[in-house]
Amino acid sequence: MLDNAAEGYVTADGRQIGPVVMEMRNITLRFGGVEAIKNISFDVREGEIRAIIGPNGAGKSSMLNVISGFYHPQDGEVFYRGSRRPPMKPFQVARQGIARTFQNIALFEGMSVLDNVMTGRLNHMKAGFLSQAFWWGKAQDEETINRQKAEEVIDFLEIQAIRKTPVGRLPYGLKKRVELARALAAEPQILLLDEPMAGMNVEEKEDMSRFILDVNDEFGTTIVLIEHDMGVVMDLSDRVVVMDYGKKIGDGTPDDVRSNQEVIDAYLGVAHD
Amino acid sequence: MPEQLVFAMEVTLNGLMTGVMYALVALGFVLIFKASGIFNYAQGVMALFAAMTLVGIQQGRVPFAHVINEIFGTDIHYFGWEVPALLAILLTVIVMIAFAYLVQRFVFKHLVGQEPIILFMATIGLAYFLEGVSDLMWGSEIRNLDVGLPQGINDWIDVTTFEALGYGFFIDNLDIAATLIAAILVMGLIAYSQYTKNGRAMRAVADDHQAALSVGISLNYVWVLVWSLAGIVALVAGIMWGSKSGVQFSLSLIALKALPVLMLGGFTSIPGAIIGGLIIGVGEALFEFAIGPMIGGATENWFAYVLALVFLVFRPQGLFGEKIIERV
Repeated sequence: MLDNAAEGYVTADGRQIGPVVMEMRNITLRFGGVEAIKNISFDVREGEIRAIIGPNGAGKSSMLNVISGFYHPQDGEVFYRGSRRPPMKPFQVARQGIARTFQNIALFEGMSVLDNVMTGRLNHMKAGFLSQAFWWGKAQDEETINRQKAEEVIDFLEIQAIRKTPVGRLPYGLKKRVELARALAAEPQILLLDEPMAGMNVEEKEDMSRFILDVNDEFGTTIVLIEHDMGVVMDLSDRVVVMDYGKKIGDGTPDDVRSNQEVIDAYLGVAHD
Repeated sequence: MPEQLVFAMEVTLNGLMTGVMYALVALGFVLIFKASGIFNYAQGVMALFAAMTLVGIQQGRVPFAHVINEIFGTDIHYFGWEVPALLAILLTVIVMIAFAYLVQRFVFKHLVGQEPIILFMATIGLAYFLEGVSDLMWGSEIRNLDVGLPQGINDWIDVTTFEALGYGFFIDNLDIAATLIAAILVMGLIAYSQYTKNGRAMRAVADDHQAALSVGISLNYVWVLVWSLAGIVALVAGIMWGSKSGVQFSLSLIALKALPVLMLGGFTSIPGAIIGGLIIGVGEALFEFAIGPMIGGATENWFAYVLALVFLVFRPQGLFGEKIIERV
């Protein structure tokens, strides 16, 4: 179904999925003698929600870290927007329009929620050194625009009430949401979410799922997410990569994956034992 | 008003102004420590180097003259021009920025993720290396530094206090100028870190490296930036101390005076550095005034450290430092 759709396809719920925006080719990542990722290839299409699932230690987070430049694979190539991406530092990847969140939350604990979200706008600030230092014209306009964008994201994720609260004081679930807000504020082309629902209760998971769908729907943001919770992933995503012990054992729509015998054996089978 | 009280007031005022000078040095430490967790032992030597460079440029001295003359058998020491103070300061700022870049590029870039003690050792090495470079570049003689700051007793304060209290306070114009400049510098730094892109990036890096990377901040860039700022603060401190007592090796020892200030104010707080500096400045001046004569004087040498020790016992994180909370 997907092979003959080079220009994209339309999902069951009527969303237009575009052409391939990012492709991982034969990625192999080793830590010393341990192969965390073994020769994995997959692609990500514009506007889709792409999930990477697998049991603990399958190499999902490593894969996300390869995409975001925190890890550099020994073998394989990353293609982004049609061209091969040279090895990059995480901040360079971020500047290319790929934002991310972390499994264990990496927020600026000492800053307010608003300030945290504003740091997501850093790459959209261009005013020169002097203009900034002395707060002249351009810097001020820019600040107003960036502030506005940040407030929009805050409204969107319904965290207005805690705008001025120092992040360190927030409960876990809200921190996760603030982290998402910061990533969104960057207006990324690809949003990487590392276990966005880890450690959340049912209600928080539902909220987060709704936000992920809304972000994708409203802004057309391509989302790559890692999840543990199979139920949530199957409902959310358009296509799923399944990993186990560093290998790819399945790739396709949630339905394809569900009926894939290898996946059932390695992952679902265990879960339903 | 009793005579003793009037004297104490004068001592307090002078102590406050000395405190500002301490705070200036401590500020350089705080900037680097906050953003990179490096306790920069070389901050004092940076002040010396900056002041030496300023004097050298101003007087049109040839850098590395001794080495050049030795190798080529020449005998040149001066270019034969004098550079106006403002331009010389600007050029020195450029030198300090270049220094910041080199330090990051050749030392700390390779030590990312190392233990704090290793980073600290590296700054000790850096301190002595920079001292040597300073010697080689500009020589080791005591130099007079004059960038046109006012010097001498402030007549207006002298006359006013004489009329009001019957005793004229001796307040040095240089101290007043130093206080004003320090105040402007601190306000500038705070505004810079609060409202500019680079300032936000600095605060972000100070808070969480991983998160900073994920929003597109280059750690290297920010570190060069904070070392540059610390270099500029060192230059200002060097100008103040240098104008007061000449530019000489002992200038680098003011770093040691910044230690108790940091213990008091906390290693991570800019306001803490200021308040800490003021408390130490006033505290040691008043102590010397009140208790000094009874125990033979020269209490300035150790009082600040004792005060800092007492603070350490009761508030290890300093007055304004981040709270140390260990979860069990």
